Amino acid sequence: MTIVETPEPRQMMVVYSRADRIFRRIVTGGALTSLLLLGFITAFLVMRSAETFRQFGLDFITGSEWFSAGEDPLGGAVEGAVEEVDESVFSIGPMIVGSLVVALIAMLIALPLSIGGALYIEFYAPRSIYRVLVSLLDLAAAIPSLIFGLWGIQVFTAIGVRWATLLNDRLSFIPIFSVEFENFGRSPFVAGCVLAALVVPITTSVSREVYSRTPRDLIDTCFALGGSKWGAIRSVVMPYGKSGVIAGAMLGLGRALGETVAIYLMLNLVFRYSFEILDSAGGNVASMIALKFGEATDKEISALIASGLVLFIITLIVNMIASSIVARTTPRA
Amino acid sequence: MTQTQITTNQSANQQNGETSKFIGLETQGVHAWFGKHHALSNVSLRFPERTVTGLIGPSGCGKSTFIRLLNRMHEFIPSAAMAGSVLLNGSDIYAPEEDPAMIRLKVGMVFQKPNPFPAMTIRENVLAGIKLAHLKRSNHDEIVEQCLTRAGLWKEVKDRLQASGGSLSGGQQQRLCIARSLAVEPQVLLMDEPCSALDPGSTLRIEETIKELAEKITVIIVTHNMQQASRVSDHCAFFLTDGGPGYLVEADATRKMFTNPTDSRTADYVQGKFG
Repeated sequence: MTIVETPEPRQMMVVYSRADRIFRRIVTGGALTSLLLLGFITAFLVMRSAETFRQFGLDFITGSEWFSAGEDPLGGAVEGAVEEVDESVFSIGPMIVGSLVVALIAMLIALPLSIGGALYIEFYAPRSIYRVLVSLLDLAAAIPSLIFGLWGIQVFTAIGVRWATLLNDRLSFIPIFSVEFENFGRSPFVAGCVLAALVVPITTSVSREVYSRTPRDLIDTCFALGGSKWGAIRSVVMPYGKSGVIAGAMLGLGRALGETVAIYLMLNLVFRYSFEILDSAGGNVASMIALKFGEATDKEISALIASGLVLFIITLIVNMIASSIVARTTPRA
Repeated sequence: MTQTQITTNQSANQQNGETSKFIGLETQGVHAWFGKHHALSNVSLRFPERTVTGLIGPSGCGKSTFIRLLNRMHEFIPSAAMAGSVLLNGSDIYAPEEDPAMIRLKVGMVFQKPNPFPAMTIRENVLAGIKLAHLKRSNHDEIVEQCLTRAGLWKEVKDRLQASGGSLSGGQQQRLCIARSLAVEPQVLLMDEPCSALDPGSTLRIEETIKELAEKITVIIVTHNMQQASRVSDHCAFFLTDGGPGYLVEADATRKMFTNPTDSRTADYVQGKFG
């Protein structure tokens, strides 16, 4: 018997063509640029907010007081504002809570509307208006939030106040629906409704897109098994699109968390922890930054940038949670 | 609609005249359209119960359209239309009082590509039809075992019924799809090229399954594979198109179709001279 010697493996290498090498450099450059940009922004936020975090530590996140001493808004030096007696206090607890509460209200309203709307367009709308609806939806997603804010103040507040009154009237035994003063305008609830209107087009558009990719075969199978359309939607379309809908919702949530102008127009900024969503007080981080930035002192600007960093981190965490949920719920084919 | 009914009554009378009513599935002068496109012309065929019929013919000759007419899946295509009648045990499945969902329970369907429901386990897949059609059944375990056994899959999966349907191999997935169709107890099972996406080994397993199924139910199978048609079917129907709507050339016992067909085109086709 002859023994066959196992040969030494030869080194193998993939050789790319010149065009491939050039293209590779271009796309690598593009990817690196956006990463670098993100890095620079983070570095800027961290450096400029370091002072604030050093001074206030965790209180910056948990506290509920924002007081800027030092320079007089009118330009003159304020008496007693000597350097060692700086009484400024910066903390944004209520704004963080406000951001989350308003965004949560918006998502609770927007999600069912989006899923229903997406299912209608994809499975029930007459073919003749299907195209129109799809392009209208994409158009609506591109409307600037300022427009929603203006609509919110001018038109929706009156309606929202009526809903809020009803909720307070019937459900005030639930703490979040009780209020101290029956003044429902400019409340997180009304602002959340406007934010929902702003978010609905995006989440609907994404949901419709994923629903439309359900294999026709699977839907047909449901019919072939004696199922109804609703049965097919419930047992095939919705599970199939679940991860996509969650991704769409997170996209909407990201927008809701960072929304500035609409909230700026819709809410009374109050630095007080409040979970009474019908109460005429609230705020969120982004709109607070926009409101304070124009007249801020140097120290205050550092605090505002720190607020920006906190918002940045919150958005990052939300996105990470989202992608892990999407990864976990994506059906394996 | 009235026309359909008249035909129904006539045929019922004729059948009463001949023997008792025909048991099995029968089509009488069936046509199909997609919008203005006439896809299928004048097909009259009988599928006696507990037989396997192979539908053969080149691509585009209307076999799949025909099979989708047999369980009212054709109507899901916008602007689709049909004429003629399809009788299940003598009664017209297109009669206005018939509930299409009930028809599809009696006439089940297995598709070309194995397509177990992705979000469901093997067990849930088998029981999906019962849930979808809101059937009242209490013996779920029994149904799962029985259907998987009939589909020839029980031994392979009995220890992992909670695994996802997508974790099976292609051939196993297709047998799972067969089990899923069996769970709602159809009288007829339509199969649209069930093996075209499978390897030869899995194909043979499915063919064995089909033969066993025919002991209890009627099977109608579309296939492009002549060997498969000759191996698995009792009867064959040969469809053809000359550029216009597809039509039926001839239908007969499989052995006759493959050895001594009436029409020379059938002989050419089964010998692989065209198609």
